[in-house]
Amino acid sequence: MDARVIRLEPHPAQRGDAWWAAPLLTAIALVAFVAYAVWAALQNGNYYAAPYLSPFYSPCVAARCTHVSVPLVGAWWTLSPALLVLWVPGGFRASCYYYRKAYYRSLFRSPVACAVPDAARDYRGETRFPLVLQNVHRYFFYLTLPVLAFLWWDALRAFRFADGWGLGLGTLVLCANAALLTLYCLSCNSCRHACGGHLDSFHGAPIRSRAWKIVSRLNEKHREFGWVSLASVVLADFYVRLLSVGLLNDPRLF
Amino acid sequence: MLDAVREVQATQAGDLAVRWNCKAGKCGSCSAEVNGIPRLMCMTRLDGLPTGEPVTVGPMRSFPLIRDLVTDVSFNYEKAAGIPSFQPVPAGADGKRRMYQEDVERIQEFHRCIECFLCQNTCHVVRDHADLRPHYSGPRSFVRIAALEMHPLDAGDRLPLLKDGAGIGLCNVTKCCTEVCPEQIRITDNAIIPLKERVADRYYDPIAAFLRCFKRTP
Repeated sequence: MDARVIRLEPHPAQRGDAWWAAPLLTAIALVAFVAYAVWAALQNGNYYAAPYLSPFYSPCVAARCTHVSVPLVGAWWTLSPALLVLWVPGGFRASCYYYRKAYYRSLFRSPVACAVPDAARDYRGETRFPLVLQNVHRYFFYLTLPVLAFLWWDALRAFRFADGWGLGLGTLVLCANAALLTLYCLSCNSCRHACGGHLDSFHGAPIRSRAWKIVSRLNEKHREFGWVSLASVVLADFYVRLLSVGLLNDPRLF
Repeated sequence: MLDAVREVQATQAGDLAVRWNCKAGKCGSCSAEVNGIPRLMCMTRLDGLPTGEPVTVGPMRSFPLIRDLVTDVSFNYEKAAGIPSFQPVPAGADGKRRMYQEDVERIQEFHRCIECFLCQNTCHVVRDHADLRPHYSGPRSFVRIAALEMHPLDAGDRLPLLKDGAGIGLCNVTKCCTEVCPEQIRITDNAIIPLKERVADRYYDPIAAFLRCFKRTP
């Protein structure tokens, strides 16, 4: 064996593998998503192509919406209606335990990878403002549920065309998007806690026990659901946008 | 890896200090950093490492070095000593305490811990922020607290300790502890996050606090 004993001085990061690759890709994906979401939300147009409503604008609650879901806000609201809604799914994702890991690592570099020195010098974790507000994740989860219901409603309405019931490619896009977002929401750690995680004993609570087990299974794939649903919401918006500006024709399957 | 280190110890460096015992990934003695990554030496195969490059083996960097690959891990035992032990609920009318299978399964995972302290070593709060150590217990302690807090026959309340003394708020759930655990305990998802949610129930949820006002105490 060709081995030599060399007593090395302690070094802050001795990892020789490509530890920087995953956080770099994550940072690119997160920044790209946020940039697209801000751009799409500020467009205030091209978000509806009958019968499809972009998920970024659903539910459309302003009276001036091209396609009103629920007229909760009067005509005085002249800004983009997406701004009235996007803070809910945005807050849900921003305070999500998985995404916290993703951006703490890739954007805050705290730490950028395991056994690589933390870039934060005055690190205080989630004990101080504003990061202590991550504890309200459960409220964003509760608020996301009605938004999710509207996305399913939009998906159902996507079967209803001007000439009657049908199925277009956009219908499948909106249904897939709603399904993926549902899986992402139901695999949430706060959902897992609310279903039964707060209990010390499941004996005598068979429904909560069953729900906790199902959500726990989903929770194992929370990261995957998070990324796939992130991509699907962008693709769904982009598809509706292309239809709306006339760059694409929606193929009708029947 | 451990065999290679022992070979070096036997043939080239008789004074090389290294801890080992079972050689089967069950005693948690041979924790080290192989190519900078915290691992058990006995469970690291040389043929799984990049060929044609030097292999570095170092001590766990988070703990005071005693010599070569041996570190002083007493920090972890001091933190463990601060956790209130099991406090059994009163026995039933028949003088017995009963525990059901579904509840056993949930906390069984936490009892797989072999106390190798790789999670403590890789946790960046312990590793890079020495000033926070008095206020932070680390993932191994959270696993122990989770095993007690989720125990159906335990009456103890460790949430005040978790919030303040153990500093669970300092953990930012970056999952390095889970990545290095040789027992594949899902430390972050099954211990730390559920504990964070319980702390949120008690201290950060105004609606839950309001509802507790109307809850009868036994």
